[in-house]
Order: sequence, then structure tokens, then C-alpha cells
Amino acid sequence: MRSPKNIALSVLLFCASVGAWEGLVRLFEVPAFILPPPSQVALALWRGFGSGLYLQHLWHTLLETMLGFIAGSALGLVLGTAVALSRPIEFFLYPYIVMFQSLPKVALAPLIVVWFGLGLTSKVINAALIAFFPLLVNTMVGLRSADEERVSLMRSLAASERQIFWMLRLPNSLPFVMAGLDVAMIFALIGAIVAEFVGAQKGLGMLIQSMNFNMDVSGQFSILLILSVLGLLLNRGVMMIRKRVLFWDPSEKERLDQERLSA
Amino acid sequence: MATEAISVQHLSKVYATRDGGVAALERISFSIDEGEFVAVVGPSGCGKSTLLKILAGLLSSTDGSASLRGTRIQGPRRDIGVVFQAPVLFPWRTVLDNVLLPIDVQGQGRERYLPAARDLLTLVGLRDFERRYPWELSGGMQQRVAITRALIHDPAMLLMDEPFGALDAMTREHMNLELQRIWMEKKKTVFFITHSIPEAVFLADRVLVMTPRPGRVVDDLRIKLPRPRGLDAMTAPEFGEYTRHIRALFNVKGGLDA
Repeated sequence: MRSPKNIALSVLLFCASVGAWEGLVRLFEVPAFILPPPSQVALALWRGFGSGLYLQHLWHTLLETMLGFIAGSALGLVLGTAVALSRPIEFFLYPYIVMFQSLPKVALAPLIVVWFGLGLTSKVINAALIAFFPLLVNTMVGLRSADEERVSLMRSLAASERQIFWMLRLPNSLPFVMAGLDVAMIFALIGAIVAEFVGAQKGLGMLIQSMNFNMDVSGQFSILLILSVLGLLLNRGVMMIRKRVLFWDPSEKERLDQERLSA
Repeated sequence: MATEAISVQHLSKVYATRDGGVAALERISFSIDEGEFVAVVGPSGCGKSTLLKILAGLLSSTDGSASLRGTRIQGPRRDIGVVFQAPVLFPWRTVLDNVLLPIDVQGQGRERYLPAARDLLTLVGLRDFERRYPWELSGGMQQRVAITRALIHDPAMLLMDEPFGALDAMTREHMNLELQRIWMEKKKTVFFITHSIPEAVFLADRVLVMTPRPGRVVDDLRIKLPRPRGLDAMTAPEFGEYTRHIRALFNVKGGLDA
């Protein structure tokens, strides 16, 4: 797919759609507080970065997201491992986990902000709460999905349960854990933004909201653009780690081969 | 020579089910000498895999006793090597690391076993593949890694559960020759389960014939073909007689419609 011709075509298509957007907005004189032309979005982006305003808020949101991601993932890993290894823990904890799973976790954001204030803490906690769930479930499933024959092999070697865990169950769960991290990264960003919406002094989510009050729609568009690029980069980061960790996973290999074919 | 490697006496295994229980093995007795190659042949459901799991210490028996080299089997032990039907390799380990798995489990120094691992890999023709990962190897190569892994801690005996059952016919013949070569070099006791009559006759000094429901040993046949046996041994008249004799046992007992 990645021939020079196709790349040129894709660039052309992008320019054409942006041009059409600009042209149509001007032609029909759509007010800027409904749909701004791309030129104004670009201008807002330029000003925002030029004044240092965007960078400051971007940094804050990134910090919240990363801290939330790390805390949530760690919690998910530990709890998932505990549930997978211990029947009593599973019995007493799992009903609550299921209940919590069916809850739309963004609905917790107002409470979290009331409890932990307008600062960094409430954002990190909200991001962590949303990010932790995919890790919990995937770790649990991953640790339990060790192939019966491989377990038999380890037993036949007189391996202890501890050895079976470290040598077999843990590496075996990595594809699941990495898939969980993939999702958790994006979830953490959502959690941070939602908590900023509810109440914050800094961050891109707070910026969007204040721009909304001022009817600065081109500003909001420029932030949305930043957020989607940020999400993409965070996702790429996790994927790079995943490729390194899971070089042996057949499904990963298939994907690599496909990428090589399409390159 | 005639020390007993495996001794099984009146061994029974009943699997509990809702309506009472199913007898997988019924009062089985046999013994295997040190260094002997014994094949167990029987249709599926005759309890031969159950028997191997009991010998490997992965399953307890309901009645009777089984001992390895004079001591009763009470759980997995380190003086045996097991090869399963699938290679059961760990994809995140290289060929060499897979071979060294038993050493890691036993907490022995890897360095001490590296030369042995390399020698064994040379023996099975995989010396140049030690840094490869399992998915880079063919099915036959993977199974050879599994055999190497079973031999690395220098066990007194090998338990093999239909190790070549998943391979294509050509690879299987080749692996039979390889296994004979390894066995003649290493002089291990081998307990080999198969559902292929020719494979059992080709490889073994003795063939135990089992029939299902309940699992019983109905014959204990000594194969007197000279070694090393080449593939043309299969066309010898004695070979045909052995296989005919075993097949007839199944037909009488109705074992093959299982």
C-alpha cells in the first residue's frame, strides 16, 4: 500500500478535504462559533503554542495521564494476580469487581473531585480507576490461561507452584497484560480529561471547558487535535514496548509480518 | 543387567463419575528391565496414557503399586524424562533455554549442563538452531527439542506418550530412526506409548498390548529383530508376523472398534 503514488494520493485527499471544509464554511458564511474554518483552527493552534499556554496545560494533562496509567496498571496487575492465584480472594472480591465493571466509571468523576479536590490528585485517581480495569481482567485471564500440557510438563519436572508461576504462568500472561496496557493507556487519558471537565485549575480538559464558555470554537478544535495526536503517540509508545516484550508471540509475529508486507 | 527399572503390580485406576466410576486400568502387572525399550500399544481409551501419567507421578492410582528403580512412585520425580504428544515448548525461550528448562527447575547451575545440552543438540542434529525460537522450527524439529529436554538432566528413563502421533508419516519414520539411534547411544530405559502397531514393533524390545474397558495388558511380546533396525526391517517376514499377531489380538477383543 505504501507506494509513493498512494502516499501522494493520500496527501492530496487530505488537502482536498481541508480545502473543501475551508471553502464551504466561507461560501455559506457559517459563523465561527458553530464551525470554524481550518485556517482559524491553525491560527488558534499557532497562538496557543506560541504563548506557551498549550504546552503548559498539555504537560499537566500528560502528567495526570501517565501517573494515572502507572498507578492504575500497577493496581490492576496486583489485584488481577491476587484474584487469579487465590480462590478465597476471588470468592470474596469478584462480585464487587463485576459490579464495578458494569458501572460507567466516568460517572465517578464528580465524587472523586469532591473527595480529592481540584488539583492533580483527583485527576490521577480518576485516570487510575478507569485504567485499572482492563489490566485487572486481562491479568486474571492471562494467568489462568496457561496451557494444561505445559502445566503437566512443569509438574512432571517436580516444579513447585512458585516455579510454575514464575516460569510459566507469568510469561504466558504477557500477551494479555500487554493488550490490557494498550487499552489502559487510552482509558487513562479519558479519565484525566473527564476529571478536568468536572473541576480543575489546569489541563487541556479544563481549557476546552473554559473555551466553551467563551464560545471559542476554533480553540476547542485545536485542543481536540492536540488530544488526538497525544492519544496516538501514547498508543504508539505502548505498542513499541509490546513489540519488544512479545517478540515470541505468534499473533504478534503475524502482525509484524503483515506490517512488513504492507511496507 | 536384569535390575528392574519399572515394576507395576496389580495396578488399578478408577475414574470417579456420577454413576459410580469407570475403570481405566484393571489389575495391571508388568516389569521392565534397566535399559529396555518397551512399547505399549493399544487403541484410544485403553488406559495407556493413564498408565504413563501414573508412572510420571502426575496421577495417583486407585489400587496396586508402581515403583521406579525399587522406590514407590508417590509424585513427580527427577530421575525420569517425559515426552508428550505435543512438543510443549515455551515460545519465549530459545531452543537452548527450552532444553535447559529441567535444569532451571531443579535449580542446578546452567553452566555445568551447557556442554551436555550442546552435545545432545548435536546428537539430534539441532546444534545450529540453539539460538532460534520454537516457532522458527518444523514440527519434527520441535519434537526433537522436546526429546533433548527430556534427556538433559540425565534421567534413568524416558516416558514417551505418543511422541510422534502428531507428525506426518515421512517425518515419523525419520523420527523413529532417530529415536532408535539416541536410545542405542544413551542406553536409557524407554517406556513408549503408541497406537501404531508397526511403530511399536519397529522400535521396541518388548511390546505390551493393551485392550480397553477395562484397560488390561493382554500380551507381552518380545521382538527379536536385530539392531540397528533400518526401515527395510519393516518389510521382513518376521515383522509382518509380529504386527499380524498384535492386530489379531485387537480383533478378538473387539478393541479396534473403540
